[in-house]
Amino acid sequence: MRALASLACGFIFGWGLLISGMVMPTKVLGFLDILAIPSGGWDPSLAVVMAAALAVSGLGYLVLRPSTPLFDTQFHLPTQRAIDRPLFVGSVMFGAGWGLVGLCPGPAIENLATLSTPVIVFVVAMAVGMIAHDLWQARSPAPQSGALAPASAGDG
Amino acid sequence: MANFTPISAAIGGALIGLSALLLLQLNGRIAGVTGIFAGLLDPAGSDRAWRATFIAGLIVAPLTAMLVGYAVPIPEIPVSFVTVAIAGALVGFGTRLSNGCTSGHGICGIARLSPRSLVATGVFMAAAIAVVAVTRHVIGG
Repeated sequence: MRALASLACGFIFGWGLLISGMVMPTKVLGFLDILAIPSGGWDPSLAVVMAAALAVSGLGYLVLRPSTPLFDTQFHLPTQRAIDRPLFVGSVMFGAGWGLVGLCPGPAIENLATLSTPVIVFVVAMAVGMIAHDLWQARSPAPQSGALAPASAGDG
Repeated sequence: MANFTPISAAIGGALIGLSALLLLQLNGRIAGVTGIFAGLLDPAGSDRAWRATFIAGLIVAPLTAMLVGYAVPIPEIPVSFVTVAIAGALVGFGTRLSNGCTSGHGICGIARLSPRSLVATGVFMAAAIAVVAVTRHVIGG
């Protein structure tokens, strides 16, 4: 049941990215290009996507407060609270890569369906980056009060 | 703002929010693509089934769109493969280090009013905006 629910969620997520145009790197870059505001070339669509997504999920989060999820015995929510160096450094790295091509993990994986060669290169490099990070974390002693969380305990 | 598409953006965004809401209410999980995908890559990873089906749903969505005649855009990526590979590696390493991407921090985290996610989203947005400013207006001119 969990796998089926998750399939439906991935499917809805994919349609959301598709309809919103966020599968297009050019559209994402059109939002990030704030220097184009004076010339009228800026595309604020991504802000609307985020606002709509936050309105639906945030309101749902406020209204629906069950003690357990429907298909599991507990919620698996992020345990990390620290606003620390890895959060900053990781976010800068992610933002830099996102700005270079206009792809973040969701649209990159979804775009595999188009069999686009640069997308395949991007996703392979992304997987290598993730594995490299996890190997590096496993080798070095856990930083910051030992709060080394497994993937399932991450923010997302 | 010639390229602004507020209606499709709002509909698509609402669907993304619905997906995040459903995954939390049904499975108790955060709809963060980085965390879901990385859990599949981890040899010691658990709960592979729901992760794999989420990713499958994400890839099947545009395939069903093609079947029903919805125009699926081919991504335009006019940079070299070296740049694409560097960008991919930065995204992979960075999202693992900060534990989330646009979906995990930007949507799920902010919806839960997580201070960590608010900071992460502000930082990655700022970094991306800075990189685009340089590549489009300083180098690209």
